Amino acid sequence: MLNLLWLIPLLPLAGALLNIAAGRKLGDPRSGWLATSATLISFLTTVLAYFELLGRQAEKRSHVETLFSWLPVGSLQVDFALLADPLSITMSLFVTGVSTLIHLYAIGYMHGDAKFSKFFIYLNLFVFSMLMLVLGENLLVTFLGWEGVGACSYLLISFWHTRNSAAVAGKKAFVTNRIGDFGVMIAMFLAFSHVGSLSYGAINEAAHAGELAAVSATAIALLLFVGACGKSAQLPLYFWLPDAMEGPTPVSALIHAATMVTSGVFLLTRINPVLHVSYAWVSTTVAVVGAATALFAATIAVSQNDIKRVLAYSTVSQLGLMFLAIGSGAYVAAIFHMVTHAFFKALLFLGSGSVIHGMHHEQDMRKMGALRKVMPITGFTFIIGWLAIAGVPPFAGFWSKDEILLYVFAKSPVLYVVGIVTALLTAYYMTRQVIMVFYGKARWRDHGDEHGAHGDFTPHESPRVMLMPLVVLSVLSVVGGAMQLPFSKDLHFLEHWLAPVVEESEAHIGKTWAYQNKYLLLLLAVAVATAGIVLALAVYAKAKLKVVEPKVLEQAWHYDGAVARVVAGPGAATFNLIAWFDANIVDGIVNGVGQVVRSVAGSLRKAQSGFVRVYALLISIGAVVILGWLLLRGVVL
Amino acid sequence: MIGASTEVLGFPILSALVILPLVGSIVVALLGKTRAAWAKLAALTSSVTTGALSLWLLGAFRSGDAGFQFVSNHPWIAQWGISWHLGVDGISLFLVVLAGILFPLVIVGIDPHHNETSYFAWMLLLQAGVMGSFMALDLFLFFVMFEIVLVPMYFLIGGWGYDQRVYAATKFFLYTMAGSAFMLVGIIATVSLARHDLGYVTFDVVKIAEGATFSTNAARWLFVSFAIAFAVKVPLFPVHTWLPDAHTQASTGGSVILAGVLLKMGTYGFLRFGVYLFPQAAMWARPVLFTLAVVGVIYGAIVATMQRDLKRLVAYSSVAHLGFIVLGTFALSSQAVTGAVVQMVNHGVSTGALFLLVGMIYERRHTREISELRGIQHAAPLFAAIFTVVMLSSVGLPGLNGFVGEFLILIGSFESARWWTIVATVGVVLAALYLLWAYQRVFHGEPDEANSSFKEINAKEGMLMAVFVGVIVFTGVYPKPVLERIEPSVNSFIEHVESRTR
Repeated sequence: MLNLLWLIPLLPLAGALLNIAAGRKLGDPRSGWLATSATLISFLTTVLAYFELLGRQAEKRSHVETLFSWLPVGSLQVDFALLADPLSITMSLFVTGVSTLIHLYAIGYMHGDAKFSKFFIYLNLFVFSMLMLVLGENLLVTFLGWEGVGACSYLLISFWHTRNSAAVAGKKAFVTNRIGDFGVMIAMFLAFSHVGSLSYGAINEAAHAGELAAVSATAIALLLFVGACGKSAQLPLYFWLPDAMEGPTPVSALIHAATMVTSGVFLLTRINPVLHVSYAWVSTTVAVVGAATALFAATIAVSQNDIKRVLAYSTVSQLGLMFLAIGSGAYVAAIFHMVTHAFFKALLFLGSGSVIHGMHHEQDMRKMGALRKVMPITGFTFIIGWLAIAGVPPFAGFWSKDEILLYVFAKSPVLYVVGIVTALLTAYYMTRQVIMVFYGKARWRDHGDEHGAHGDFTPHESPRVMLMPLVVLSVLSVVGGAMQLPFSKDLHFLEHWLAPVVEESEAHIGKTWAYQNKYLLLLLAVAVATAGIVLALAVYAKAKLKVVEPKVLEQAWHYDGAVARVVAGPGAATFNLIAWFDANIVDGIVNGVGQVVRSVAGSLRKAQSGFVRVYALLISIGAVVILGWLLLRGVVL
Repeated sequence: MIGASTEVLGFPILSALVILPLVGSIVVALLGKTRAAWAKLAALTSSVTTGALSLWLLGAFRSGDAGFQFVSNHPWIAQWGISWHLGVDGISLFLVVLAGILFPLVIVGIDPHHNETSYFAWMLLLQAGVMGSFMALDLFLFFVMFEIVLVPMYFLIGGWGYDQRVYAATKFFLYTMAGSAFMLVGIIATVSLARHDLGYVTFDVVKIAEGATFSTNAARWLFVSFAIAFAVKVPLFPVHTWLPDAHTQASTGGSVILAGVLLKMGTYGFLRFGVYLFPQAAMWARPVLFTLAVVGVIYGAIVATMQRDLKRLVAYSSVAHLGFIVLGTFALSSQAVTGAVVQMVNHGVSTGALFLLVGMIYERRHTREISELRGIQHAAPLFAAIFTVVMLSSVGLPGLNGFVGEFLILIGSFESARWWTIVATVGVVLAALYLLWAYQRVFHGEPDEANSSFKEINAKEGMLMAVFVGVIVFTGVYPKPVLERIEPSVNSFIEHVESRTR
């Protein structure tokens, strides 16, 4: 079965190609069903691959399927090859699974859009690229997927391309990602230079065998982390993600919450042996950047009024937590949180899309309220998503976040405090969102006219094709934690499953204070989540406390604005200066020389303007004569 | 390149590739005045046959062979040691094929609007010159071909270009002439110095490269004289400013050919003549060329970003892309040089396609000003989709052709030119910036009145672009057939250089 591994990415690609050929004919909704089926079959194939691997002994759970030789030049031999192991299959499972649900949802969400079939072409292409990214056997195949998801993200963010903001956001995302890709490319050059191969097997083996010097490993790991910061929206490159919300909401759910933005976390996990042998401060850097991003984004989410931007900043924050986990040597916890986050964040985004759909494209939460009454299923499932992300037991997010915080405590209590404050803020801003959207006064009554509906405006529940994915994801958000429960070693299913990939690098915290008091930390986490929720209730539901939403947080600490000002100010000025230099100095000298020559040979000026052909002919005849003369002399000499 | 295999073929295909378009050009010119329709038919027949021959050449090329194939070597001016010596190896093969295919596409696909027959005659003469330049293994023959190219190109820019065409054409002509004057002196000196070692006078590149040793100083002077001509042709910073003018003012067909094949005469010249004849001097000049190449990569990209004219923007992107090629050429590793050769072809395909698309925009809107264009994607989604694919190829997206060359160049140069490579990699980021920004301004947004009637791509244009898109995707996904034909020749080239510089 594993020799059919290529089917997993091929199916969505085939879906895209079929829709390119026949999408317009199939139309709305059939082209959507085609795309969804392609993803669904891909998911089912992945499930088969999973069971095939599961049936093997732990140490034999790795299979390389080489399709063809891709870039064979001299000592560089890069194969177009796929790797099935517990990590890549875990990734593929949730990528294809969540993708299928989101495809299904999009059939309803995009209904009536003039470019319906094109949307599904892009969506299928995205899934294909994402699968290449996670299934790649070497850095270059991963990079193919890495750039591919970036391109699809660009196309999908600017999907509604007549909107200027969407066009700008798409470009911003691509270019910012490319800054990160610079790091990935140099990392590949280094890997080739020091290991002689781009294959994960070879690189990780070299690290394992001690053939990769700490300094090289450090450089490779850090550069890949630069790429990860771009793709996974970490400081200082995070700022494209909130703008990416310009894309249709299924895109936000799929690409900018569940899958693509976790690529950085995946990549670092993939090369964990390299990270392991690099200098210790590399891991610390990853952890600190993750923690800083988590806290930074969480504070911003507190003051956002756009329903999707809250979730976007929340995503940045949660991704920060995953990097904090990686930096603390908690690879399993990072992947665990990645999966549960995919469930509940996709759920929340799709829920917000359902709200936007029902509200006739209104995204401002200040114009919402009491929506649970008119959108009961959306409301109910969104609340489950909220409980999951807020860290309320026994929902999925609680277990994964708790696991991360446990490892973080073992690494550094300071970072733990950052993590726990982030958790507090997360519970707070998510409660705020739930209240503003689903509870309180129905403020949409006052804004009816703005939605294009005259007189009576009532938001409506979304069609079934959109609600079904919400229900499935909410179930997963409830039970997802069962993958890895802290109570007994036997319940660490994910840990056992991923062990062959990450075992060596995983931090051993068994003897630390944190581990011995893990139930205490568990209780503390519950208390913190509760505190966050209660606080938000007091502010937004009961109005017991004054609303605190500082402008500086709404403006994202002015970071984005500052970047924009540097780009538009000194950045553009430098570019303009160089362009001016080219036009006036470099070319000016050339024209100046021309002028001098022309004025010396004044009579030729006439030819220049009037007898171009004669002039050129004269030159060529002259050239031939000179040539002949020189030739003669040269030979005679 | 050692051991050039002389093939006894019933049919001298390489000579045919030069002579056929040359004869075609003469026939078209003679028929031109009286029988325009016949002239056009002759132009089509000649260019399509040449294209078919070049494809046959590709099929018949033995991929494991490092030496020259299909060699045609006849004494020409025997007393001066000048011969009609043509040969194709992995380094030149794809350039010949590119030239073989690009010309018929341009002749069939682009309407010159006026004076058709003389346009076709110049085009065919140009093709003969380009073919000859890529296949010549004789310095004299090469120089003649290299110079012949100037004349038709001059007339194509000057006769069928836009407002400033005369200025641009003259600048192109004088600039390149000035460069080749140095080369001419260099060639004469090379031949006369080589005579001391060889004992006889010859212009044969292989004989000189394998048999002659120049004193360190002489070799440096000679290398510099060749390098100046090629640097202008590439063009390298800071002798690049003829390029944006020539490109902007040339008609679409002229631009496609200029970017597609003409610039490669510079990068190819560096490999085949500069480095091959004077390996030690090339190693000595490496830091300067690395620096100029990398400056070109960054500088070209930055200047491209700020252009207001779409065609100028693409022209400056060429400066950036060709910088990569020069970096790879002088890095002298198997990957870098193979990448450089691949990039020569890929740049021809991608940038040629970009110029075609910009030409189509001009045909419809009669402007190249970015600020005049907007929202074209709304009016012509298929056109926009094709533009997107070509743009992503130029940006270097893996899976499309542009990535293959760029990546091989960079990974192959990392060892010998580490810091230059790191800076050049920044160019990859900048490429995304200028192209995506241009795309955003031209294609995104709500079209105004003038742009809302932008016509969708028609069947003829669509078929033309399908060829380009096909090559772009195929080379990106499965470059092996290309690489395995280039690599043996590159390896023996590098061996030659290493044996001389050890």
